[in-house]
Amino acid sequence: MKIVINVTVNQKNYELAVEPNMTLVDMLREELRLTGTKKGCGLGECGACTILLDGQPVSSCVMLAVEAHNRKIVTIEGLETEKGLHPIQQAFVEKGAIQCGFCTSGMVLSAKALLDDHPHPDEQDIRKAISGNLCRCTGYQKIVEAVQSVSEGEQTS
Amino acid sequence: MTQYHTINSRAPRIDAPDKASGKAQFIDDLNMSDQLHGAILQSPLAHARIVKIDTSRARKLPGVKAVVTAEDAGLVQYGVSPARYDETLFCHDKVRYIGDEIAAVAAVDRETALAAVSLIDVEYEELPLLLSVEEAMKEGAPLIHEDYPGNICAEVHQEFGDVEAALAECDIVRTDTFMNKMQNCAFLEPQGCIGHYDHRGYLTLYSSTQTPHYVQRTVAMTLKMPIGKVRVVKPYVGGGFGAKASANAMEMVACLLSMKTGKPVKMVFTREQVFLQARGRHKFVHTLTTGAKKDGTVVALKHNCILEGGAYASFGIATVYYAGSLLGGPYKLQHMKYDAYRVYTNKPACGAQRGHGGVIARAAWEQQLDVIAEELGMDPVEFRFKNMMNNGDTSCNDLYMSSFGMRECVEAVRDKSGWERKRGTLPRGKGIGMACGFFVSGAGFPIYRSETFHCTATVKLSEDGGAAHLYTASAEIGQGSDTTFAMITAEALGVPLNAVKVSSGDTDFGVDLGAYSSRQTLMTGFAVKHAAEDAKRQVLEVLADKLRISVSDIDVKDGTVIFKGPGITFRTIRNRYRKEHRGWTDMPDDAPLSFAEAARLAFIVKGTVIGQGEYRPRWLGGKFKGAAVGTSPAYGCSAQVVELRVDMETGQITIDNMTDAHDCGFAINRTSVEGQMQGSLLMGLGEALFEEVKFDQKGRMLNPNFGEYKIPTALDMPNVTPIIVESNEPYGPYGAKEVGEGAIMPTIPAILNALYDATGIRFHELPLTPERVYKAIKEKQCEAKAERGRK
Ligand code: FES
Ligand code: FES
Repeated sequence: MKIVINVTVNQKNYELAVEPNMTLVDMLREELRLTGTKKGCGLGECGACTILLDGQPVSSCVMLAVEAHNRKIVTIEGLETEKGLHPIQQAFVEKGAIQCGFCTSGMVLSAKALLDDHPHPDEQDIRKAISGNLCRCTGYQKIVEAVQSVSEGEQTS
Repeated sequence: MTQYHTINSRAPRIDAPDKASGKAQFIDDLNMSDQLHGAILQSPLAHARIVKIDTSRARKLPGVKAVVTAEDAGLVQYGVSPARYDETLFCHDKVRYIGDEIAAVAAVDRETALAAVSLIDVEYEELPLLLSVEEAMKEGAPLIHEDYPGNICAEVHQEFGDVEAALAECDIVRTDTFMNKMQNCAFLEPQGCIGHYDHRGYLTLYSSTQTPHYVQRTVAMTLKMPIGKVRVVKPYVGGGFGAKASANAMEMVACLLSMKTGKPVKMVFTREQVFLQARGRHKFVHTLTTGAKKDGTVVALKHNCILEGGAYASFGIATVYYAGSLLGGPYKLQHMKYDAYRVYTNKPACGAQRGHGGVIARAAWEQQLDVIAEELGMDPVEFRFKNMMNNGDTSCNDLYMSSFGMRECVEAVRDKSGWERKRGTLPRGKGIGMACGFFVSGAGFPIYRSETFHCTATVKLSEDGGAAHLYTASAEIGQGSDTTFAMITAEALGVPLNAVKVSSGDTDFGVDLGAYSSRQTLMTGFAVKHAAEDAKRQVLEVLADKLRISVSDIDVKDGTVIFKGPGITFRTIRNRYRKEHRGWTDMPDDAPLSFAEAARLAFIVKGTVIGQGEYRPRWLGGKFKGAAVGTSPAYGCSAQVVELRVDMETGQITIDNMTDAHDCGFAINRTSVEGQMQGSLLMGLGEALFEEVKFDQKGRMLNPNFGEYKIPTALDMPNVTPIIVESNEPYGPYGAKEVGEGAIMPTIPAILNALYDATGIRFHELPLTPERVYKAIKEKQCEAKAERGRK
C-alpha cells in the first residue's frame, strides 16, 4: 500500500504516493527525476547521495521517502538560480574541485550546510564537514580550497 | 606566459558546470521509456561443479521476460588479452569464485528480476578451494582451469645482461621480500549499462566504461555480431582507475537480454557487486636481490614475483610483465633478471589498477634502495642522483627515454620539502622519506595484436565557421580528457576554447583504445592536434587562394587571422560575409579578419571542412618475449617526499606533508595535472595505510563496502605540494606525456622510507595498519631491552 506524503523539494511542494520501503534517494531520482543526487553505495557510507533535510546534510539512501513527510529538502538542482551557479558550485568549477563529478553534488551540499552555519570555517572545519563524503579522484585538496575561497568571499553570486 | 593562447593554462574544465549543477548524466541517470531491468545470478560458492541449472520457476514468475544461461549465450571464450581468453559469458561446467555469473533475468522491474534470480535452482558439487597461491601451486592441487597446469595463468622469464656474474662483482648485495594485499579501485560510481538491440539488428550499449573500443570488440565477438553493428556509448563516468578498462559480463548480459526481448535492458551494480567484479590491484609478493658498488652504483637486480590473480586472467598477462619491466627505469641498471608467475585462485579476478603492475614492485625496490644507500652511508637523494637515467638513455630492457626530467623532479622535492634541513633531525616518532617513480605514457601496442591506429580524431567546422566540433572515441572518466582535447583543438586550430565543442566516448566517433595505461593525453592528444591542424590547413588554403598569397604568410591565433606580410586586403571576403549575415548583431567591421570568416569562406568553396588526425606509435623496438609490455612512446617520472608522524603507543600513522614532482612533459591543463597528482597520492596513501580486500575460509569477501574497506577521507589526506616538471617530450603533442597513473608510483615507498625514519623499522608487508605498526614497534622495544640485558 502506498503512502501519501507532502514534501517540499527545492522550494516546490509535492504530494506523492510512495511505497513505504522506498528510500528517499530513489524517490528523488525515480519519482521526481532529480538525478543530480547520486547513489554510490546505498549503505550510508559514501555521501554521494547527500541532500539537505531542513538544512542538515543527510544521506538520502538510508532514509525512507516517508520520513521526508512535511519536511524541506534541498538537492543539488536547488542551488542554481536564474543568476547562474551558486557561489559554491562556481568555486568548485574554478578551483578544479571536480574530476569525475560523482561525489560533487554531495560535497557541494555538505559544504553549503557548513557555510550556512559557519561562514568562515578553518581548513580543519572544512575537512571535518566533508569527511563523510568520499572522493576517489581529487585528493580533496582542491575541494577544500574551493570551500575556503567561498568563505573568504572570493566568489560572489 | 607561454607562446600559447589556450594550453598550459588553468582553464576550468568544460564539463565542470554540468557536474557542479547535477546535470551531467551518468549511466544510472539514463532511462529508456520501455526498458526492462536485468539481474544476474552469481555463484554463492567459490569452487564447485554445476550439476544442474533449473530456471523453470523463474520463468513462471509474472513480469519475467527472459531468463538466459550458457545455453543461450554460447561458449565463446573472451577475456582481456586474446592470449588468455578464459571466460565465457556464463559458467556452464563450474564456478570459480563467489560472484561468478551463472544466469540472468530480464523483467519489468528490478525487484521482479531479483525475485526471479532467487528462483533459479542450481545444484552444485563442491570442489576443494584454492584460496592462496601456496595452495594453488601445490603438487597435485586441483585445477581451476583445465588448460592451465599448476594453476599458472602466466609466467615470465627474462634476463638482460648477466645478473649472476654482475652480482658476484658487487660490494653489497641485498635480498628482501615485500608484499601487499588485494586492492579495489573503489571509484564512486558503480558500473552500470543499458543494452539496446533495435529492430534493424543494430546493438547500442550505453556503459560506464573506460574503453568503449575494447568493449565493442568483446561484445561483438561473444554475441557473434559484426563489429560495425555494435555501438558503445559512454556517458559521464564516475571514475574507473582500471577496473572499468575491459568488458564486464554485465555489459554482455544486458545486450543478450535485449536481443532476446527486443527491449532495452538496464542493469547497475550494487557496491557489493563492484567489489566482486574486482579487477583491481593484484596481491604481489616480490623478492628482490639488488647489487651495488661501494660508490653507490646500482648494477644488478634479480627479481622474483608471484601474483595472486583470482579466478580469471583479466589483465593479468600484462600485469605480470609490467611488474618486472617497469623496474627497468628510472635508474641505469645494466643487469636485470625477472622470473614471475601469475597464479589462479578461487577469488575474484584481479586486473589493472592505476600504476598497472608497477606499484608494489616500485614500493619494494625504492625501500630496498634506501636500505642500500644507508648501508653505504649515502643520502637517499644523492644515491638516486648517482643512478638515475638521463634524456636519451635506453634501459637494459630497451625502454628509450626520449624526455626525462628525473633530476629536476628530485631537486624540486628536495628543495620544496626542506629535505636537507629536516633529514636526520626529526624527533622519534616523526619521519621524512623520499622515493622516485616511473611509468609508461601509453602502451606501445594494443591489447590485441594489430597494426590498428590507436586513435583517430575528427574536427568538423560548423558551416558558419564559428565553432569547431571535435569527435573522438576517447574516454572522459573524470581525469579531464575532454577538456584537454578541447584545449588542444583550440590551440592547434587557433580559436578560443569556447569555440570548441567535444563529443567523445562513442565508438561511432572513431577508434580510440580508451583510458588505460596513462595513454590519452599523448596518444589521443596527438591525433586531435593533427585533426585540428588539418582543418586549419584546409581553411588557410582556401583563404590563401582567394587572396593570392601563400599559406605560409597566414596564421591563426585565438580566433584571429594573422597576416605576416603587409598590405593584404580582405575587404571582399568581409563584405560577402556581411551580406550573408544581415540582421546579425556581431558583425565584424574594422576588426582583423576572423577565423570564422575564413572558415565560412572555406565552407562556401569546398563544403564541410573536416580535419582528420590519427595516431599510431612509431616502431618501439624490443625483440625479446614480452617486449610489448613496458615499451611506450615516452615515459613519465616523478619524485616525492613524505613527512609523517607515528603514535608510538598505538601504531597510528598520520601523513603530515607530501611534496610531489611529476614530469608530465608539458602541462596542457595545469590544474588537471595537479589534480591527477593529488588523486594519485590519495590512492597510494590508502593502499599504504589501510586498503585491503579480505576473505574468509570459504572465499567469501568480508569487506565489500566502504564501511569496512576504508579509502582515505578528507581527514586522512594532507595537503600536497604539487610541482609540475616539463621536459618537453618530442613524441607528445606540444611536448605532453602522462601523469594520470605514473603519479602514484613514489607514494607508497616514500611513506615506507619516512616510516623507517620515524621508527627505525623496515616494513615488508602492506597495509601499514596501526596493528602491524604497533606490533613491530613493541617487538623492536623488546629486542632492544633484551640487547641491553645482554650487555
Ligand atoms: S549512496 Fe548514500 S551514502 Fe553512499
Ligand atoms: S571527483 Fe570523482 S569521486 Fe570526487
